[in-house]
Amino acid sequence: MTIDHPHDITPRVTLGFWIYLMSDCVLFASLFATYAVLHGNTYGGPSGRELFSLTFVLAETLILLTSSFTVGLAMLSAYKGRRNQVIIFLAITLVLGLTFIGLELNEFVKLVHDGNSWTRSAFLSSFFTLVGTHGLHVTLGSLWMMFLIAQTFFDGLTEVVLRRLLCLTLFWHFLDIVWIFIFTIVYLMGTI
Amino acid sequence: MLGRLTLAAIPSDPIAIAGASVVVIGGLVVISLLTYFRLWKWLWSEWLTSLDPKKIGVMYLIAAVVMLARGMIDAGMMRAQQAVSVGSDQGFLAPAHFDQIFTAHGVIMIFFVAMPFMFGLLNLIVPLQIGARDVAFPFLNSLSFWLFVAGALLVNCSLVIGEFAATGWLAYPPLSEIAYSPGVGVDYYIWALQIAGLGSLFSGINFLTTILTMRSPGMTLMRMPIFVWTAAASMVLVIFAFPILTGTLGMLFLDRFAGMHFFTSDFGGNPMMYINLIWSWGHPEVYILILPAFGVFSEIVPVFSQKRLFGYTSMVIATISITVLSFLVWLHHFFTMGAGANVNAFFGIMTMVIAIPTGVKIFNWLFTMFRGRILFTSPMIWFFGFVVTFTLGGAAGVLMSIPAADFQLHNSLFLVAHFHTMIVGGVLFGYFAGLTYWFPKIFGYRLDETLGKIAAWLWIVGFVVAFVPLYILGFMGATRRLDHYDLSTGWRPLFIIAGIGVVIIACGAALQVLQLIVSYRRRHKYRDTTGDPWNGRNLEWFTPSPPPAYNFTHIPHVYGHDAFWAAKHSSVIHPAEHDDIVMQKDTGLGLYIAGFSFVAGFAIIWHIIWLIPVALVGGIVCILFRMLDEHTEYTITI
Repeated sequence: MTIDHPHDITPRVTLGFWIYLMSDCVLFASLFATYAVLHGNTYGGPSGRELFSLTFVLAETLILLTSSFTVGLAMLSAYKGRRNQVIIFLAITLVLGLTFIGLELNEFVKLVHDGNSWTRSAFLSSFFTLVGTHGLHVTLGSLWMMFLIAQTFFDGLTEVVLRRLLCLTLFWHFLDIVWIFIFTIVYLMGTI
Repeated sequence: MLGRLTLAAIPSDPIAIAGASVVVIGGLVVISLLTYFRLWKWLWSEWLTSLDPKKIGVMYLIAAVVMLARGMIDAGMMRAQQAVSVGSDQGFLAPAHFDQIFTAHGVIMIFFVAMPFMFGLLNLIVPLQIGARDVAFPFLNSLSFWLFVAGALLVNCSLVIGEFAATGWLAYPPLSEIAYSPGVGVDYYIWALQIAGLGSLFSGINFLTTILTMRSPGMTLMRMPIFVWTAAASMVLVIFAFPILTGTLGMLFLDRFAGMHFFTSDFGGNPMMYINLIWSWGHPEVYILILPAFGVFSEIVPVFSQKRLFGYTSMVIATISITVLSFLVWLHHFFTMGAGANVNAFFGIMTMVIAIPTGVKIFNWLFTMFRGRILFTSPMIWFFGFVVTFTLGGAAGVLMSIPAADFQLHNSLFLVAHFHTMIVGGVLFGYFAGLTYWFPKIFGYRLDETLGKIAAWLWIVGFVVAFVPLYILGFMGATRRLDHYDLSTGWRPLFIIAGIGVVIIACGAALQVLQLIVSYRRRHKYRDTTGDPWNGRNLEWFTPSPPPAYNFTHIPHVYGHDAFWAAKHSSVIHPAEHDDIVMQKDTGLGLYIAGFSFVAGFAIIWHIIWLIPVALVGGIVCILFRMLDEHTEYTITI
């Protein structure tokens, strides 16, 4: 019987990670539902139309989408066994991810500075929580990526590293998809 | 330095002091006994650091039993208060304390009794029934368990330091908002549930992956034992429901901690949003608990009727239907919200519909018994108690699914009686039956049958005496969570009868403890030498009792339903395959990570801001340790 053989573990881990992503999807769904219910409750404060800048958000979106492309390239290089390429693509992805987080923080700081913080209205509470939860995920993903860059550098593309790269790639694409929903529902529908 | 934590957090009211002392003295007694008998090393290396699901399962069961004792004491205090607090007599519990007790009772019974009991049974039986050596992610399993323990510790901590929520078990806002509950009670509630809930989510992922990828060769989905099917369905519900709980409690926390306005009554907040969200977790939650109980009975009834299960396929379809439908009924918990006639009608009809697959299961069990040679063992006594109470409670539920009727019964004791019928008569009786049935497999000896039967009968009779009066009281207008009422209501005799019922249940519970002691003392007489004490049908009986750490020396091949039964009654020789067995080494890192999350939770509750990052970094360092450890496995050569 080879069921318990360590070489068989990758599909099991991938399936488990997929299931985790689906549960994370439900977490975002609850936040989206709350945003959908509360987005009109501005309590006399500003609405999305007055706060959001579509060009700024488009820049954020393009950066995140590009990072999804580069992380895909990293995975392809990993399958070809090119360690240095993997590290370079991961580093590019990391820089893009950190830029995204920086831009988002910049937006948040500006909102708070103008007196439109999460305490202003239910709309802003749900906005900050939904977008912030996504940002927190990107931050954790970036930390994980730093760890994996180091591990790829020191250990090479071992079975464990490949498995972790696969999970990270899935995670990163998942965050991209969530962002597309945020871009559409929060920013596009909020400004039109 | 210590945030909100001051000496004033130590309780001053005499009954609260008594509760705190029980926790502290109980803890001290356990610690000194372990020290006196020099058991710490044994406990650490054999149990606390174990990644063996059988040992983790036993630890879940022990934790569930300890918390059950606490939840029953809470119940007894409420029943005593309601029996005496009439007219001019105010009873022995102050209203604020009474509120904490009914909140703690609900939270403990659902999160810290029923959930660990369920996960305990899954850990013990699912790998055995699918012919696997372990779960898919053994380390994650240990982490799940310890996260649950961290949550349970926070709840018990609130007895000694500070207070618990006084909001009811689902902490409805705006009452649970900082404006109306400024104390730490709701924060204890939030973080105990967040940490334990994370553990539940991890377990859900773990067991679903285990069931999907680790079945023995030949065990197709439609050959799985029904207990495995119900476990899989329950885990699907965990995976899709628990993130909603995490999100909802997270938002409540942000309201309280960061001044947000999700559920506040001003600044555009919407308290009904919380109630919608919490019940879209809460309703699937009751099916998370009851489905494995259905699975237990689907194992027990065929074995003790000495017939194969009637309607295997319909049982599977019913389980899947319940899984899907359980997400479409949440609004029946608050028909009175005023969502409009059409919305209420939809959810009312869905609620009636979900009774149909449940009814299918009841009939399947009855037809399994029909013309069977039924053995009246104690698991079957639990089943008889279950089938009667659960059917009656289900009928009460269908009654309340009619919105117009629900407007009368909402928040009345009729509702309280209904859901206790489902949770005690359904979930708890099911788990007790499962525990009795699988006890010889886990520990190697059977439980005493005579005491078990008497205990089961006391529980069943006590249950009826304790809860039928509540149905009547509900019709008489008694609402839930009353700490005081007027003599002219005429409720008192019924409350006293309900109190007597609790005493009978307590006798049943005491007999169960006695049963454990007696069975342990007679363990040589009750020893199960065959591995198959009940003439069982599924693979868990295909290995010695208790099983070795790797469960099966040779992974069995499966050719149909009731794989072990088929193997016993055919001459098919199982191919003996020799391969090394790879198992996971024990580790204490799961315990450490959960320990850090306990500290982080405690720090957030008391606003000890500097401690939060310290605990988080500690947890992350532990995770890194685990990720960099390359020697997590060991090999057994046969």
